[in-house]
Amino acid sequence: MDTPAPLIEVAGLDAWYGRRQVLFGVDFTVRPGEIRVIMGGSGSGKSTLLRHLLGLQRPVAGSVRLFGVDLGRADERELLAVRKRIGVSFQGGALLTSLSVGDNVALPLREHTDLDEATIRIMSRIKLEVVNLGGFQDLMPSQLSGGMVKRAALARALVMDPRLLFFDEPSAGLDPVVSAELDELILRLRDALRMTIVVVTHELESAFKIADTITVLDQGRVLMTDTVAAVRGADNERIQDLLNRRPREVAIDAEAYLRRLTEERA
Amino acid sequence: MNALQRPLHEVGRTALGAIAGVGYAAIVLVESLYFLVAGRRVGQRVRLGAIAQQMREIGVDALPIVALLGFTVGLMLGIQFVASLAEFGAQSQVVVAVAKSVTREFGALITAILVAGRSGSALAARIGSMSVSQEVDALAVMGIEPVRYLVAPALVAMLVMLPTLTIFANAIAIFGAALYSAPALNVTPLAYLSQTLALLSPGDVWQGLSKSVVFAVLITLIGVSTGFSVTGGAEGVGRATTRAVVLSICWIIVVDMVFSYFINR
Repeated sequence: MDTPAPLIEVAGLDAWYGRRQVLFGVDFTVRPGEIRVIMGGSGSGKSTLLRHLLGLQRPVAGSVRLFGVDLGRADERELLAVRKRIGVSFQGGALLTSLSVGDNVALPLREHTDLDEATIRIMSRIKLEVVNLGGFQDLMPSQLSGGMVKRAALARALVMDPRLLFFDEPSAGLDPVVSAELDELILRLRDALRMTIVVVTHELESAFKIADTITVLDQGRVLMTDTVAAVRGADNERIQDLLNRRPREVAIDAEAYLRRLTEERA
Repeated sequence: MNALQRPLHEVGRTALGAIAGVGYAAIVLVESLYFLVAGRRVGQRVRLGAIAQQMREIGVDALPIVALLGFTVGLMLGIQFVASLAEFGAQSQVVVAVAKSVTREFGALITAILVAGRSGSALAARIGSMSVSQEVDALAVMGIEPVRYLVAPALVAMLVMLPTLTIFANAIAIFGAALYSAPALNVTPLAYLSQTLALLSPGDVWQGLSKSVVFAVLITLIGVSTGFSVTGGAEGVGRATTRAVVLSICWIIVVDMVFSYFINR
């Protein structure tokens, strides 16, 4: 069978915050057209993994490849070329507060293309229509509700017609109805624009609804990567804990505990 | 660690932090110069519109307050020199004393301190709150280099506007001094001003202007690098803003002294 080359390839990725290791040899592959959900509890390392996928952090060990380009070794020009082909919607939206919604959406076009102002305006309004924010282009980000901010951020992420879209915690801080609408929107985008989408979330319901495949991260390690059904049926204890919202049982290592209490630089 | 090591440890840590800060600021400076020169070639063009906007915020909007302080400082210097030189019967030297102290020192210093308070803090607050809300990350992943988009325009604007404001402050301060001193010296203000022009050498003005160029770089770099290093939410932004102003003013005064020493040797 002829499988297309993967869009994202992560191999043996380690990451550290100071003396604490947060990712342990993570391997991660996403193929074109997939909706991949990275799932895990707080502190599982999913945000750190995302920062590496976006090239915001250079890997200490291991490699991250997007479109076949090694982000850790790429020069400026290659990195820019990769970044023009991805779109990112951040958890808090990260719209520039000094610009109107319309200008925020138009920003990548203004910076990376030589299109005339009328074309840019039309293109950014089309993207606002796609996320159901038609007519809101003149408002400032501070005048939008939480769900609208996320949708505006999505419009900005889409404006360069990326092949690869990253979505950080789409449902965080939203009410169930709005977050369900956002999930629908993600599914529609994939079908209409044939994008590859990577979603980072800890919301089970939303993860199961939108995902083709799920990667479960726990304490910096990939527990499994498989289809929704397989993840649901997994007999791994930690995965079942996550699925059933069971508090994890923390085994106490007496020696390490005492060391943490007494050491100067724990 | 025993009681002796601890303070040493702290000194070492603070020194390392300070060196790292200077290094970071140097990198930011080199990067923004790089984007100004070669940005267009690597798809990171520094926009004229952004520079113009920064020039308005840093320069034009500061005109009233620079005028007010320049005038007040001129008046103050006039009062002091008339009073103190009268003790030696050297009142005729007031004109040259005011002219040289304003152009060499006070014009540049007052303007720089004011701009550090207005625009250095604004840069730190703006970039700090952008870092906290992931806006800086968002710029980076959109392929818009944060240094090119946020720092380079501010640096250019500061390099143009701070010397310009300094010239403006010089003129207003000498005018203020003239208003007080001319009657005290029994000359007309116009005669005072023309005497000032006759006594000033270009070197005096250049001394102030060259310092203001250095101050411009200092204010921008301290503002942006404290902004980029903000951690800890809104409180962190507040701390960074204060830190930017205090650090800038300290550096301005120290650099001013060092400069004066070397230029006047």
